Amino acid sequence: MSDPLPALEVHDLTVAYHKKPVLWGIDFQVPAGKLVGVVGPNGAGKSTLIKAAMGLLPLSSGWVQAFGAPLRDQRHRVGYVPQREEIDWDFPVNVMDVVLMGRYGKLGWLKRPGRRDREIARACLEKVRMLPYADRQISNLSGGQQQRVFLARALAQESDLYFMDEPFAGVDAATEEAIIGLLRELCREGRTVLVVHHDLASVPDYFDWLVLLNLRLVGCGPTTEMFTPAMLSKTYGGQLTVMTEVAQALAKNEALARETRH
Amino acid sequence: MSELIPPFDWVTFLTEPWSAWYRDTTVRIVAMAFCVSAACGLTGVYLILRRLALMGDAISHSVLPGIALAALLSGTLTGPPILLGAIGAGLLTTWLIDAIHRHSRVKPDAATGIVFSALFALGVAMVTQYGGDLHLDAECVLFGNLAEVATQPGIPPALIQAAAVLVATALLIGAFYKELLVGAFDPTLASSMGIPARWVHHGLMAWLSVVVVTAFEAVGSIIVVAMLIIPGATALLLTDRLWKALLLTVLHAALSSVLGFHLGLWLDGNLPAAMVVAGLALFVLAWLASPTQGLLGRWMARWRLREELERGRAGR
Repeated sequence: MSDPLPALEVHDLTVAYHKKPVLWGIDFQVPAGKLVGVVGPNGAGKSTLIKAAMGLLPLSSGWVQAFGAPLRDQRHRVGYVPQREEIDWDFPVNVMDVVLMGRYGKLGWLKRPGRRDREIARACLEKVRMLPYADRQISNLSGGQQQRVFLARALAQESDLYFMDEPFAGVDAATEEAIIGLLRELCREGRTVLVVHHDLASVPDYFDWLVLLNLRLVGCGPTTEMFTPAMLSKTYGGQLTVMTEVAQALAKNEALARETRH
Repeated sequence: MSELIPPFDWVTFLTEPWSAWYRDTTVRIVAMAFCVSAACGLTGVYLILRRLALMGDAISHSVLPGIALAALLSGTLTGPPILLGAIGAGLLTTWLIDAIHRHSRVKPDAATGIVFSALFALGVAMVTQYGGDLHLDAECVLFGNLAEVATQPGIPPALIQAAAVLVATALLIGAFYKELLVGAFDPTLASSMGIPARWVHHGLMAWLSVVVVTAFEAVGSIIVVAMLIIPGATALLLTDRLWKALLLTVLHAALSSVLGFHLGLWLDGNLPAAMVVAGLALFVLAWLASPTQGLLGRWMARWRLREELERGRAGR
């Protein structure tokens, strides 16, 4: 049931803070139904890219379309998972309150979440196995549990295009496994998920499409074409520590590929 | 000591104010204090959650030139013209702070310091120059005049305005509950859903100006800051849910108004100041004894753990 139109199309996007460009002439398309990794070194503008793509930053140039229409008209089809550091965990809300926020975009002015919204929220919490914690204040959760709550909130948004800012940061291995399982399920349903990701080693495992970024777009395409020594060294510009990590990831990738061939 | 602390007399300071002879005065003063304190407290909860607590301080001072200008133009000291003047000055404050730190290397806290003190100074200059004809003087600006409601015949207009502002505050929070919640908790999500964070911010600041200017006339521009922050801060120590915190804020406003009224009578001092002292006492009480995060509970838990460890070591 994948949409024939590209889920996300970014054209000639430039974003500047105080006249200093942090993203330069970014041009790419992402087909619907893909699990997309946004990969690049620190300060490459990954978070800026997804915020700009969601229409939250003033653009110096360019435009963004989702499913063939300006993003402004597609807001109800876009979901979001923030970076963990951006959240005030002492905020007086419990797990259920947070997940219900995912429904706010579907409600009009003056409307409150109703019974159906609560049912959906409960179902989403069940999916991430956090329903027993529905009444917990959010600071009384582990890092992995907090991340799953925000994933449940994204699920409650029932969107077709998701932007997630490092959903695997500060998360234990079991939760990471659970989250990637859910993201794959979303993509099987024809939804598109863009994930800002840091751990190069897991990139070939997780994503079927990559956006390589370093202030400019280095490349965008299927992981098999993008996850190559040439493309990665271009992205990371020869940073030594990162390059060893890249080499290890590539070796692992090749071993994996050999295994699957045999 | 006996000169510093007047003798406490149960009848004079606690029961007599509520006797038939004084009841009308007492009810008016306490009701006025409650309306002002509750409206400030409810608005203040959102300031605290958005880490804008000091914006309350800033706006409570910088509305003065707006009030003075509106008073000069309209010739009155209450009602819609004054509210409009306050809203104008409040929005000018937020806009100026924004503009200064955006277009210079001055950081937001310094920009706030520049804007609100300068606007306050402008206001003081206007009041001392032209205020004489309007019964608006620096004393009134700093300390307010709570007892005024006791002397006006009929239902005092200041009390009507304060009650209306309280009701409107509650209605606005009810109407925009989810926008205010998500706007404070996760502004990025709010904007991505089409809830414009900028407008929520400006709306809150405009309303803050209305609340502050209403409180201003009763309790003065310094006490207002305490009334904005202490009720919400106390409530947020006691609960982990926003709606409960809002209810507790109103309860705090009610308790501190009544307790502060009696405290002020006893010490024969400034009533609004006594109310803030009572509110602070409630805050300290919550800080010590909050069921979830009180200091006493934490000390007890630590003490118990140490006991257990000692016992375990002794047993071995």
